[in-house]
Amino acid sequence: MTAAHTIIETIDLTKIYGMNGVSVTALENLSIHIEAGEFVAIMGPSGSGKSTLLNILGCLARPTSGKYILDGEDVSDLDKVQLALIRNLKLGYVFQSYNLLSNTTALRNVMLPLLYDRTHRVPPEKWQAMGEKVLEAVDLGDRMHHQPQEFSGGQQQRVAIARALINDPVVIIADEPTGNLDSRSGEEIMGLLDTFHKQGKTIVIVTHDPIVAAHTERTIHLRDGRIDTIVHNGNSHPVIRKETNYAAI
Amino acid sequence: MRLSEVFRIAWEAIGKNKVRALLTMLGIIIGVAAVIVMISISAGTEATISDQITALGSNLIYISSSFSRMGPGMASSGGLIYDDATAIEEQISGVKGVVVEQDASETVKAGSVSLDAISVTGTSPDFLSVRSLTVSEGRFYTTDDVTNKKKVAVLGYDLATELFGTTDPIGQTILVSTTRVTVIGVLAEKGTVGEIDYDARLYAPISLVLQKFAQTPFSRIVGDQIRMIFVQVDDKANMDNVILQTQILLAKRHNVSLDSLDFTVTTQQDIIATQESTTAAFRSLLAWVAGVSLIVGGIGIMNIMLVSVTERTREIGIRQSIGATPADIRWQFLTEALLMSLVGGLIGAAVGIGGSWLFGTVSSMRTLIVPSSILLAFGSAAAVGAFFGFYPANRAAQLDPIDALRHE
Repeated sequence: MTAAHTIIETIDLTKIYGMNGVSVTALENLSIHIEAGEFVAIMGPSGSGKSTLLNILGCLARPTSGKYILDGEDVSDLDKVQLALIRNLKLGYVFQSYNLLSNTTALRNVMLPLLYDRTHRVPPEKWQAMGEKVLEAVDLGDRMHHQPQEFSGGQQQRVAIARALINDPVVIIADEPTGNLDSRSGEEIMGLLDTFHKQGKTIVIVTHDPIVAAHTERTIHLRDGRIDTIVHNGNSHPVIRKETNYAAI
Repeated sequence: MRLSEVFRIAWEAIGKNKVRALLTMLGIIIGVAAVIVMISISAGTEATISDQITALGSNLIYISSSFSRMGPGMASSGGLIYDDATAIEEQISGVKGVVVEQDASETVKAGSVSLDAISVTGTSPDFLSVRSLTVSEGRFYTTDDVTNKKKVAVLGYDLATELFGTTDPIGQTILVSTTRVTVIGVLAEKGTVGEIDYDARLYAPISLVLQKFAQTPFSRIVGDQIRMIFVQVDDKANMDNVILQTQILLAKRHNVSLDSLDFTVTTQQDIIATQESTTAAFRSLLAWVAGVSLIVGGIGIMNIMLVSVTERTREIGIRQSIGATPADIRWQFLTEALLMSLVGGLIGAAVGIGGSWLFGTVSSMRTLIVPSSILLAFGSAAAVGAFFGFYPANRAAQLDPIDALRHE
């Protein structure tokens, strides 16, 4: 993937929640810019608007005003159905609580985004092979037919990452992906994300954990719905440095 | 999403809650089974009636007494009398045969066995063919026996068994009231037709019954009363003519005017019409009952689907987040409701077919499974599933993905 291709661009993004006549501004004229292949962390205290931003970036919610351009397409005014299609084709999610379907094998969970793809980019006869491939990529090739409840937290999150990868999204959006994990599993998950980043994936991660943020190239700090600071995480390329670290574990 | 996947997901969702699904389906199962069983019962009843009517032979006219004439202050005539039958046979053209019938209730004794209140039917030999009965042992009485008031009797199948057990009844002497009568025959099993149990009766020449068992104070004055006269007409085209002639003749004999007859004349057509309207009413009542239970079953499905949507809110959120559109979600839940009612319908159809068969075997009623009723029941089950599944499915489709994902 070549540089200078913008994946995410927001222009004066504003989100106002109105409840019982009282309106709360969650995001105010927020403009951010994320290039292809970037690994970006979004941090901020509770109420800073990071969840709201994530929901909008993830096409789960629409901004009150402003523009959100995803992969060159203005998605700010799309309706429910169009947003669902964008989520299916262009986005991959990793949630804090994994959000896998229970009583459904890892393979079936991972294949789910393909099932909802009405453009059939991947023909149905290749779904299973595709699912196996991404599960192997997260080192779960030998446990594909197990159900989520048979997995540890870290393994469940790896299944979730595989699910996020299967539709070859333009960006992976991770919401506190290590929040429910012990530090060792957390490191493993971050290691996986580092690997996929190194392979060219664009990843946006919301976290309050500085160690997690340290894996990324850039941290956007939010406060009261605005950008507080943008920190570039070190001079050397973080991905390469992290890789050596994991080799040591 | 491919249809096969939609079905697979719905099927798996049902499979995860088998007991609950089965209980939910119970309403549909009962409804569908009820429709099939009830239609099979009414079809069986109709078939029995039409068989009976066919068996009774064609072009029959039934003349029966209007009992109101027996009340005080009425004319001295005692309704139909034996001579009326003779008069019809002799004076009306187009009559092929006349059969009379008079019943009595008497105590019957054979050796040490004594049975009270046994129906004694006095009639002429043609009775056998008119009622399509057959003799299994011995013989039926003849015109000669009737003319000579022979003290002979033919027993119904059950009556013969009760009186004699395994002993051969033919030639045995029994005591009917105070009269000694010789058994000359036993009828083949017939069962109960139109509330008359043909197997529990005793049949004797009409002349004997009129003389010994069915005497009334009127008999000496006006002649022997009889309950019914059957007139068989030679040709269907003559039916109306014979009816009219009979009415004129009997009115004259009974000394009443044509618009206040002391007897009623019915034809097979009338009987068919009456029974058809009865079974039609019966059938529509059953259809309503079955329909109501289907609706109740549908409400059960709606209820459980609403619970299911709430329980699986998070699952809905997950599916939405990876690209399920509202239509995908709606289809998923609608398919689940539909599948549940279809499976319920299938089980119900099996239960209905089995139930109809069992009912026909165990009870005295005849059942006839109507293939179209299975289709009807199945179709209604599907319609119920679609109708009552739509609201919960739509509710699931309207969920906001963020709220759904946050749901615990």
